[in-house]
Amino acid sequence: MNRNLLLLGLCLSTVHGVLAAEPSVARQAELKHLLLHDCGSCHGMTLNGGLGPALTPDVLENKPAEYLFQVISNGLPNTPMPPWEGILDEAEMRWIAGELKDGLD
Amino acid sequence: MGVIIERATGSVQIVEHSTSSKLHHVEGLGDLSHASIVFSRDERYAYVFGRDGGLTKLDILNGAVAKRIVQGGNSIGGAISQDGDLVAVSNYEPGGVRIFDASSLELIADLPAIGTNNIRSKVIGLVDAPGDRFVFSLYEADEIWIVDLTDREHPETIKFTEVGRQPYDALITPDGRYYIAGLFGENGMALLDLWHPERGVRRILDQYGRGKEKMPVYKMPHLEGWAVAGDTAFVPAIGHHEVVVVDLRSWGQVSRIPVHGQPVFVMARPDGRHVWVNFAFPDNDVIQVLDTESKKIIRTLKPGKAVLHMEFTPRGEKVWVSVRDEDQVQIYDTHNFEKVTTLPAEKPSGIFFTNRAHKIGL
Repeated sequence: MNRNLLLLGLCLSTVHGVLAAEPSVARQAELKHLLLHDCGSCHGMTLNGGLGPALTPDVLENKPAEYLFQVISNGLPNTPMPPWEGILDEAEMRWIAGELKDGLD
Repeated sequence: MGVIIERATGSVQIVEHSTSSKLHHVEGLGDLSHASIVFSRDERYAYVFGRDGGLTKLDILNGAVAKRIVQGGNSIGGAISQDGDLVAVSNYEPGGVRIFDASSLELIADLPAIGTNNIRSKVIGLVDAPGDRFVFSLYEADEIWIVDLTDREHPETIKFTEVGRQPYDALITPDGRYYIAGLFGENGMALLDLWHPERGVRRILDQYGRGKEKMPVYKMPHLEGWAVAGDTAFVPAIGHHEVVVVDLRSWGQVSRIPVHGQPVFVMARPDGRHVWVNFAFPDNDVIQVLDTESKKIIRTLKPGKAVLHMEFTPRGEKVWVSVRDEDQVQIYDTHNFEKVTTLPAEKPSGIFFTNRAHKIGL
């Protein structure tokens, strides 16, 4: 029974992942602020790089949004990039990955 | 006097701390995210190092830009020589150090940071040292270099290799003797005795670091302004919610003080009795004050969202605190911890008072 519950949980989380709603407009503004100012402490406030690499669309051209989401969520081993899972939810991290691909205004 | 960086608008405020007021607002300094400042020995000029490679010589007396160049693509900080004649900038892109005439901002020396592993490296932890020297670390090459500019035409570089993986920031002790680099890629710190460079770099504080599980770090701690009180120093732990107490005679760890979050700046009040600590995201709305004698937290303050920096007045009766997301600089009485005044500022980050002009390594 425990196994069934686990499977159910996995299914639900997958469904949740697919259906994850976009963050609200107010939350998007907060996330953008976080991206520029807090991610920006390593990647630069203009995202042109610092201790961490640049995150502009031209630099990220060959990196799929799914890859960016995984890096944001899990971090990158042997680099200072920390995991954001637990601080941001999946929809928020996917939204940020999308913004990075599209470029900020 | 002092200068406050307004990081998002490329502007600075020139302030005075006798009556805590703004004197001038100066714009046009480029990208000032992660900007820092050193001062000329007469305290008249501030050299502002911008993220975008901008080097601005700011005339504090007239509240105007005296000279400005863009010397690199991506910079992290700078230093001024003991005699005040040279200003050095550490660059991420192109990785290296460039040294300029402090008066004219003309290029004196260009030192590409190419390590023995042939990797061009980002440069971090650039400081001035007595004897016309600058010291800095190479992030990707795991090296520490000393450049001696006694002969301006022929700078002499001494390189120390394999100092430890990924030095991420460094400091020089207030007496200018020891250069210490924090390591991101492994535990411990790299120590260089500048009285005896021939003895090489040695490892200290083996317990210092992210530990076996490699704790994630949400903002790199700043080692500059290592808080020294008596024979002990108070250092931000990396990854852990702790301040590390170090014995300056043995370079061993005395204890670890649990604190509210991952510390970023650990700053001693000039008399050394208290240490003020701010924290990385998401705990960056809090400041804690530690008593250096009892090694206990004696006060927790909540200035507001995104406390980025703290600067004590020269004799330490007040501390100025930048609170980025509140667009405020808050000024506290350091004896009763009461907030005295709030000054409006646009996304303030670093606060730099001109008495830094007379301190080695600042």
